[in-house]
Amino acid sequence: MYSEKVMDHFMNPRNVGEIENPDGVGQVGNAKCGDIMKIYLKIEDNRIVDIKFKTFGCGAAIATSSMATELVKGKTIEEALALTNKAVADALDGLPPVKMHCSILAEEAIKAAIEDYRSKQLVSSK
Amino acid sequence: MKYFALDNTGKGVLEMERRVYMDHAATTYIKQEVMEEMMPYFTEKFGNPSSVHSFGREARKAVDMARDRTAKALNASGDEIYFTGGGSESDNWAIKGIAQANKHKGNHIITSSIEHHAVLYTCQYLEKMGFEVTYLPVDQYGLVNPDDVKRAITDKTILISIMFANNEIGTIQPVKEIGQIAKEHGVYFHTDAVQAAGHLPIDVKDMNIDLLSLSAHKFYGPKGVGALYIRKGVRVHPLMHGGAQERNRRAGTENLPGIVGLGKAIELAYENLEDSSRKLTAMRDRLISGIMERIDNVRLNGHPTKRLPGNANLSFEYIEGESLLLSLDMKGIAASSGSACTSGSLDPSHVLLAIGLTHEIAHGSLRLTLGDDNTDQDIDYVLEVLPDIVQRLRNMSPLFVQHKGEKYYV
Repeated sequence: MYSEKVMDHFMNPRNVGEIENPDGVGQVGNAKCGDIMKIYLKIEDNRIVDIKFKTFGCGAAIATSSMATELVKGKTIEEALALTNKAVADALDGLPPVKMHCSILAEEAIKAAIEDYRSKQLVSSK
Repeated sequence: MKYFALDNTGKGVLEMERRVYMDHAATTYIKQEVMEEMMPYFTEKFGNPSSVHSFGREARKAVDMARDRTAKALNASGDEIYFTGGGSESDNWAIKGIAQANKHKGNHIITSSIEHHAVLYTCQYLEKMGFEVTYLPVDQYGLVNPDDVKRAITDKTILISIMFANNEIGTIQPVKEIGQIAKEHGVYFHTDAVQAAGHLPIDVKDMNIDLLSLSAHKFYGPKGVGALYIRKGVRVHPLMHGGAQERNRRAGTENLPGIVGLGKAIELAYENLEDSSRKLTAMRDRLISGIMERIDNVRLNGHPTKRLPGNANLSFEYIEGESLLLSLDMKGIAASSGSACTSGSLDPSHVLLAIGLTHEIAHGSLRLTLGDDNTDQDIDYVLEVLPDIVQRLRNMSPLFVQHKGEKYYV
């Protein structure tokens, strides 16, 4: 039911782990629904220089986390914010319809991490 | 995981993928002896059992033999066995058939919260038609309390439907006690024995069972064929209307090879019951204890001893079941899970929630169901690969870190 790319990103996920002293952290989902994604960002000069994730969830949740981090790594914040769940799913050669919510979660997790970064910037600039 | 084996000439070596099937509660393979008995009924003995000629008579004889074998396995008589299209049809027929035929007596049905969907959704359908249904809770092991059954009976109760053994957690219900209560109160008792038939001793007379559902592909018979035992004198409306097959109670030309296969499979199962049960129980217990020794934060779901011989169901904290299944599948191991992601819904298994598991623990469940083809080497193989799989997924899980680093997890 999963594409080869999904299975590849599930078995060999990219960017798994945590970042010490991250510039932004975003967590979405909840254990009740069976999916939690946590994204850590390192940002320099408005660019995502490093990104890591931790995910509790199904194969699609892990694969979309992995692919989403790949897609935004090295990008500017504005470029990362333009990432859509469809782009994540397409990059994985598609997801089964019941798993599309996983790609939405991946998009939201990255946005939440950037939001966290921006709110910290606001505090430090005050 | 690749390994080398001698090919059937004994000369060369073949590179093979190691595959271990531990999902026998989902379905089983057909045993060779069963297949051999079925074969002629696809080709030369293809007659319609309703036909008058010799082809028909030959087919009729085969159906009658299968009926007698099925009856013998349950301590019933042949004219109490009705062949169906499988377990779901048997459950639907028993419940809707009793409800329709007895609605002048009452509209109340008692069942449990851990039944198979073939029972639960049928009951929900009947609720829409004006019936009232009590869904009894179960304890932490998944056991129905017979006193709860007794207390739930009203003067409107027409049917008690409690499964013999649970398909997910393997818990075996106190069927005989419930049957006794039903009998004392003059209420019909149906049991969904799809997981129990062929695996546990069943005596419909001793256990006071009025209706019992079974399915051939759970005990090494073919898919698409099952049976409903209906005690003589029980009023049931038909589910299928049409021809006069199955003594006018279940229309449709008989699935001749399927019925022959069911008959042979159930006979074989009960001939080998003790041996098979002893072997499976020993392997099951070694599998469960082996997993619990090797992996932390694991819990056994279901009753430690009142459980199906081949059923192991465990929850692994901090990880999700589908990713566990995919990882096992990559190693050639076939299993199942109560995780939402494997069911296509957002909620994990209703059975795991009913025994008191939180959603997050229920999501991390794994069901391994053993069968006659499994070996001690299969158990060793699972015990060898599972700890690394669980650790890999835990290392990826945000819940696991919070557990290690802080006081609690989400």
